[in-house]
Amino acid sequence: MDLEFSAAEQAFRQEVRTWLQEHVPAEPLESLETATGFAQHREWERRLGAAGLSVVSWPVEHGGRGATPLEWLVFEEEYYAAGAPGRVSQNGINLLAPTLFAHGTPDQLARVLPPMAAGDVIWAQAWSEPDAGSDLAALRANATRVDGGWRLSGQKTWSSRAAFADRGFGLFRSDPESTRHRGLTYVMFALDAPGVTVRPIGRLDGRPAFAELFLDEVFVPDDDVIGAPGDGWRVAMSTAGNERGLTLRSPGRFTAAADRLVAAWRAHGDPSDAALRDRVADAWIAARAYRLKGFETVSRTDDVGAEASVNKIFWSELDIALHETALDLLGPDGELAGDWLEGYVFALAGPIYAGTNEIQRDIVAERVLGLPRGNR
Amino acid sequence: MKFVLNAEQRMFGATLRELLSGAGVPDVLRGGDWRPLWSALADAGVFAVAVPEKYDGAGVLPVELVTALHELGRHAVPGPVVETVAAAVLLDRDPLADAWLPRVASGDAVVSVARPYALDADRADLVLAADGTDLRAAAPGRELTSLDPARRLFEVVPGEVLARGVDTGPAFDLATLACAAQQLGVGRGLLERTVAYAGTREQFGRPIGAFQAVKHHLASVLTGLEFARPLVYGAALAHGTPDFARDVSAAKAACARASYAAARVALQVHGAIGYTEEFDGSFSIRKARALYNAWGSPSEHRARVLAAL
Repeated sequence: MDLEFSAAEQAFRQEVRTWLQEHVPAEPLESLETATGFAQHREWERRLGAAGLSVVSWPVEHGGRGATPLEWLVFEEEYYAAGAPGRVSQNGINLLAPTLFAHGTPDQLARVLPPMAAGDVIWAQAWSEPDAGSDLAALRANATRVDGGWRLSGQKTWSSRAAFADRGFGLFRSDPESTRHRGLTYVMFALDAPGVTVRPIGRLDGRPAFAELFLDEVFVPDDDVIGAPGDGWRVAMSTAGNERGLTLRSPGRFTAAADRLVAAWRAHGDPSDAALRDRVADAWIAARAYRLKGFETVSRTDDVGAEASVNKIFWSELDIALHETALDLLGPDGELAGDWLEGYVFALAGPIYAGTNEIQRDIVAERVLGLPRGNR
Repeated sequence: MKFVLNAEQRMFGATLRELLSGAGVPDVLRGGDWRPLWSALADAGVFAVAVPEKYDGAGVLPVELVTALHELGRHAVPGPVVETVAAAVLLDRDPLADAWLPRVASGDAVVSVARPYALDADRADLVLAADGTDLRAAAPGRELTSLDPARRLFEVVPGEVLARGVDTGPAFDLATLACAAQQLGVGRGLLERTVAYAGTREQFGRPIGAFQAVKHHLASVLTGLEFARPLVYGAALAHGTPDFARDVSAAKAACARASYAAARVALQVHGAIGYTEEFDGSFSIRKARALYNAWGSPSEHRARVLAAL
């Protein structure tokens, strides 16, 4: 058992650190949930892509660096420690791309991946519907067979990044006779295609971080179906663990935030406030725990499976605790616009998206602990 | 990097688990003599991993040590195990080492340490008390009553000076890590016991573990324990580095909280039976509370973490 980095891993860390030192914008970008900020973040993705650093974990043949999971953790540590901008391409890079690696055709890989890695096409996810949130299998937006493809109709919602993104991916009911998990098809579509209406939704701070999508007979060619028609649930779930596990929120993000919190405590903390001091320490300890847990995860040879849900519960609660502590440390300034407040608003969504923490606890109880299934 | 136990380390834990599962620990806890169990644990190598090789130990092996303490905690093993770990470090100096360390490694000597009270001081072969930088032998004084009946605590009366100029830090840090691992094991044992109970105990015509309220309690306990464990093993790997004290404190604070949360949920899910002394799990429920502030409170350890950053 050890926590040592190899010479190659250390060299990779140094390479990433050096590049970031030279290229991370001195002035923070605007929030990526605004039109201007989104454009700035897209430009940043293009710079990352040109440097070969946008998709380090992808296989080399698809334009990545073939970084091992541990090297990816190293990249993420350096990325967030450097204060680099949030990743506006994340949905595509960490969710759609792994799905394509597993189920995509050579043609799809060749068409979709290079512009994604280059930052030219930003992807939004389209899973939830007004009546299908936690119960995703209740979804009703449909795909109707037509000559050469499908026509999509219905409504999607809570579609992150969709206010400004280029394309979307999601599940549609392609067999009108089907129920639940059967008869669904995984589809990619353009957000500016005829028949698509995007209605941005302001999140708690008013920024349009997500959107409703209204689809009216939107044509999608067969080439943009991933996996077999009707097999969409299995295709989507094969990478759901990615989102709940490490890839959605890497440890580097939290260790960097915890280090900033400790620095803020040093600068502004009241040493006599033991309760707040304890929370600062707890946030740092939890971030370290998540980092070490990440090293454990990438060291394992067995499938993490449903244990990814334990991760999702932990990081989403850590993210909120960390930012709440920072706001309390700031006192009367805690309610004012700034990085901590933006991080806080972002963190508040964590226990809700990617499967609410209530759903995650059901999964943990039934599939990790082996408790009996019950009525929801 | 390989941040998981290797095959030998896993085997060590499995051997202890098997030994303890068949050792009748609940009977020992209800008034039996724990010295035979102590000897069996020593034979399995539990104390050798805290003693250097030249004194008949296996060398100080922190990963093996926490692996062992995790299993001992899981089975609520009584006796001054953590104290003996501290003593193994305190006694690693001339002329004490020759006389004591081979006996500690073999299980022949049980050593307690006052912190401030000494566990099983009346049954220990030696009781140590730190007095500034003096290390003294101590005699058992008044017996105290702990919530945890397996923790027979004594005030001590300091006696002869055994060594001067002793830095107790390394010994107490290693013992604190051992205690954190013990807490983690206490929590893990309680979770396993409670999951088993929730799967069989029926109310309203179904197992209570089918109810979401119960499931979510248990999922939260697992989450706490799963993220305390890497802190324990990470601290074990930091032994001998400048970060050791910081990492031990991080582990202790997290394990105290996770273990205590496991105890509260175990009590709640077991209902009234969990509140009785006849319930075997009650030893662990009480131990989780007793250990919460042992070897430094979570708040003291958090302060130590922040001070080290």
